[in-house]
Formats: sequence, structure tokens, C-alpha cells
Amino acid sequence: MKKSLLLLGVTLNCLAAEPTSVRQAELRHLLKNDCGACHGLTLHGGMGPALLPETLKGKPDEFLVSTILNGRKGTPMPPWKPFMNADDAHWLVNILRQGPQ
Amino acid sequence: MKNRLPLLLGLLLTFNANAELRATGDLGIIIEREAGSALIIDTTEHKQLARIDKLGDLSHASVVFSRDQRFAYIFGRDGGLSKIDLLQDKLDKRIVQAGNSIGGAISQDGTLIAVSNYTPGGVKIFSADTLELVADIPAEYADGKLSKVVGLVDAPDQRFVFSLFDAGEIWTIDMSTPKKPKIEKFKNVGKFPYDGLITSDGRFYIAGLFGESGLSLLDLWEPEKGIKRILPDYVKPDEQLPVYKMPHLEGWAVADDYIFVPAIGKNEVLVIDKQSWKLVKAIPVAGQPVFVMARPDGRQVWVNFATPENNKLQVIDVKGLDLQSTLTPGHAVLHMEFTPRGENVWVAVRDDDQVLVYDTHTLKEIAHLPAQKPNGVFFTSRANKIGF
Ligand code: HEC
Repeated sequence: MKKSLLLLGVTLNCLAAEPTSVRQAELRHLLKNDCGACHGLTLHGGMGPALLPETLKGKPDEFLVSTILNGRKGTPMPPWKPFMNADDAHWLVNILRQGPQ
Repeated sequence: MKNRLPLLLGLLLTFNANAELRATGDLGIIIEREAGSALIIDTTEHKQLARIDKLGDLSHASVVFSRDQRFAYIFGRDGGLSKIDLLQDKLDKRIVQAGNSIGGAISQDGTLIAVSNYTPGGVKIFSADTLELVADIPAEYADGKLSKVVGLVDAPDQRFVFSLFDAGEIWTIDMSTPKKPKIEKFKNVGKFPYDGLITSDGRFYIAGLFGESGLSLLDLWEPEKGIKRILPDYVKPDEQLPVYKMPHLEGWAVADDYIFVPAIGKNEVLVIDKQSWKLVKAIPVAGQPVFVMARPDGRQVWVNFATPENNKLQVIDVKGLDLQSTLTPGHAVLHMEFTPRGENVWVAVRDDDQVLVYDTHTLKEIAHLPAQKPNGVFFTSRANKIGF
């Protein structure tokens, strides 16, 4: 049992680890409230642009992940590196691509 | 049937006369961000009187009041403008006037409501009575581009003043003749003005800058002198910390001879002398300030913060210009509102689903009200104040 769990962990890691379910809840909270402050509660935009599947289409994951982690200098988009890692940011980009539920 | 109408009306009137009398001066609105609803509250009894639903996306909502304090106008993020009847606990009228909007103001004489929009960038002005469009003012700059509009306030002589975020301009609109809005534009006021305030005497309009250091000042008594820059060298570009939540400027930041403003991208509240417009002191605080609000008598200034310090409130003593106290009201302290003479302050604590009421003298909590994800508290006393 223990062994298979371990194995599972390793496989996920290779893919870019899914955040734990607790972490996912935290990230959803962050997305709604903190990102929402600039991008809108429903992500339809505010001071920052809309973050919807349509508006993100054609923009590579790596580019968006880097925007989230490092921010964009000279614009109000701040770097979120102090609050999340690359796996978290990847997971957020996936959530954004699925669109508001 | 027709004949019964007067009878029915008569009956209704009698019922109304028997209903509990309600004085509007005691009332206020709490915004519930996610539910898209507003609570009508009694500020003396600390209690909820009614809930009004279906007001759209209120993730960034603000409220102004009619001069008779009967109606509240709520500006929603989704461009919704809702007029609430505080006496009858009902939505009186509602329109969706733009795709994405940020706030609004009521004219000096109370007849016009102006809304500032992100998309399409500009200001729309409506009849306060009917919510019919009176004037549409696109914030057009450089070859047909529209700027997001921020920091919209009312000003004396039936004017509105606002800032163009993308264009770096400040405009005034004179609405004395509603059919012929008179627009005056001030250009090159600085990079990315993010919000504005007007002092309570209606004389100075101040825009905070995001893209560079300092603030831009317009003296409405002497507009011909143009824009004056305040603290242009205060924050060096490489010193500015990332900003996790845009701060707000409100007319309530004026106390004694000073104005108190959030330092953008720094954990400081800046104290600026209202005569010389020079920096008096930078007060270190717990995090990046969002709202910096003076108690109505100007003796204290209360400050809340951007994430991750948004569980705190700090109180500045205006006499000594230093920190008096740090409170921890709960998770996600988003907004506060003082009672008209300042004995209490109401604090919206989003993630705890409640609004707390503090005694500002003892700094003790004296009451709390349940509310779903509250993000704003607004009292009818705003009706009588320039800039609210
Ligand atoms: C203080 C305001 C602010 C906050 C808070 C904020 N953003 Fe942004 N964000 C912006 C702005 C402004 C831009 C546009 C930058 C530009 O002009 O290139 C942007 C751009 C982006 C982009 C790129 C969009 C595109 O189409 O290229 C992504 C993705 C993004 N933000 C995600 C997030 C996430 C996720 C969060 C929360 C963890 C967040 N943002 C929080 C202001 C903000």
C-alpha cells in the first residue's frame, strides 16, 4: 500500500505535481479574491485584462505561468512567486483555461 | 374594479402609517460581494433591516446616496447601476450601463449620477430620478483609444472630476447645462493615475500615481495654474514593491493640516502638509495600505492592508503622527466606515462573513452583524459630503 502511494507520488511529480486538495482550495480562494481584485470576481476583467479561455487562447502555458510567477514589469501585474510555486501557477493556468464554473 | 382603486390605495396608506417609522439618517448599506446583494442596516441599532438581491457582480462596489437620503445608488463591477429605496426595502430601478465599471458620484444638486467605466472607457451621466442617460463622455485620447476612468468625484459648481488611467490625464466636466457638458482636460499629469480624491471643501483634487512616484494635484479654485506634482522623487523605481491590491483614495484622508495617503508599493502611510504639499512624515505600517481614512473629527486615521496583511487594522494618532494601535479584526478586512461623528467604525471582514463595530475611543468591539462576504459599508451621512 505504502509503496504504491509512493509510486503514485513519483509519477505525478514528473508531470508537474498537482497541488494537494487543501492547496487547490487555497489557490481557488486566491484566484477569486486576490486575482479577482484586478481581473474581476468572474475574471471578466477590471484594471487587469479578462482571464477567460477566449482571451488566453494562443498564449502558451509557459508564458502565462511566467507572467503569474514573475509579474510584468511596468504594468500593475505583480509577481506571485512569494506566494506560490511553478506547480501552483501551472494548475491555475489550467483552471483559467477551463473558464468560470 | 376601477372604483376599488382609491379604496385600496387608502388601505395601503393606512397600513403604511401603522408600519414602524424609519428615519433615513440612521441607515446604511452593506455590500455582499459574492451574493451580489446589499443589506439595509440601522446604524444605531446595529441591525439588518432588509436584504436586496440580484444586484449583479459587486466585487468592486461603491455607493452614493440621494440628498434626501432615501435612495442608495450602487455601482457594480459589471456596469450595473442599481437604485435602492431605503424606506421601502426594494430595488427601485436598475440598469446595466457598461461592460465593466469602477465607481460613481452624485452631482452637487443631487440630480445627476455619474459612472466611471473601464470598458468602454469613459463616463456616463444619468438622471438620478429615472436613470435615463443624460450625457455620454468617452475618455478618448490618442487616435481613438479609450482610457479606463478612475477616481471620479463630484465637485462644487455642478462639476465632476476624474482621471484617465491609461492616458495620464485629469478631466473636469461642468454639467450646469446638462445638454452641453463642458469638458476641460489636463494632460501629462503622470503615469497611470489609479484613483483620486477631492478634499472635503471641494477645492483640491488629488490623483495617486501608479506608474511613477507621487501624486498630481489640481486646485479647482485656480485650474488655470494646471497640475502640480507632489512628492515626484519619493519612490525610486527600483524601490517600489509589487502591489497586490490597488489602494484607494478617499476624501476622508484629510485630518488636521495634513492629508494621509497610501504610499504605493511601500509599507507606509504618507503625511503631506496641505499648505506646502511637502512630505511631513512617512509612517511605517504593517503592510501595503489600501484604505487610509480619518475619523470624522480628524483625531485618528485608520488603515487597512493588502494581502497578506489583510487581517489587520492600524490606528494612527494624528496628534503625534505615530501608530497608536494594531487590531486584528479577522480574515480579510476589506473596508471601514465611520459613524457621522466618529464614535464608532464599522469594519467589513470578508472571510469571517461579518461586519464588526468598534468603539473608536476604547478600540473595543461593541457589536457584530452577520453578512455574506461583506466588502463595503456605506452610511447615508455620505449624502451630505462633497466627494462621496
Ligand atoms: C494589482 C492588479 C493585479 C492583480 C492583483 C493580479 N493581476 Fe494579473 N494582470 C494585471 C494586469 C494589469 C495585467 C496586464 C499586464 C499587461 O499589460 O501586459 C495582468 C495580466 C495577467 C495575465 C496575462 C494575461 C494575458 O492575456 O496575457 C495573467 C495570466 C494574469 N494576470 C494572472 C493573474 C493571476 C493568476 C493573479 C492572482 C494570483 C493576478 N493576475 C493578479 C493586474 C493584476
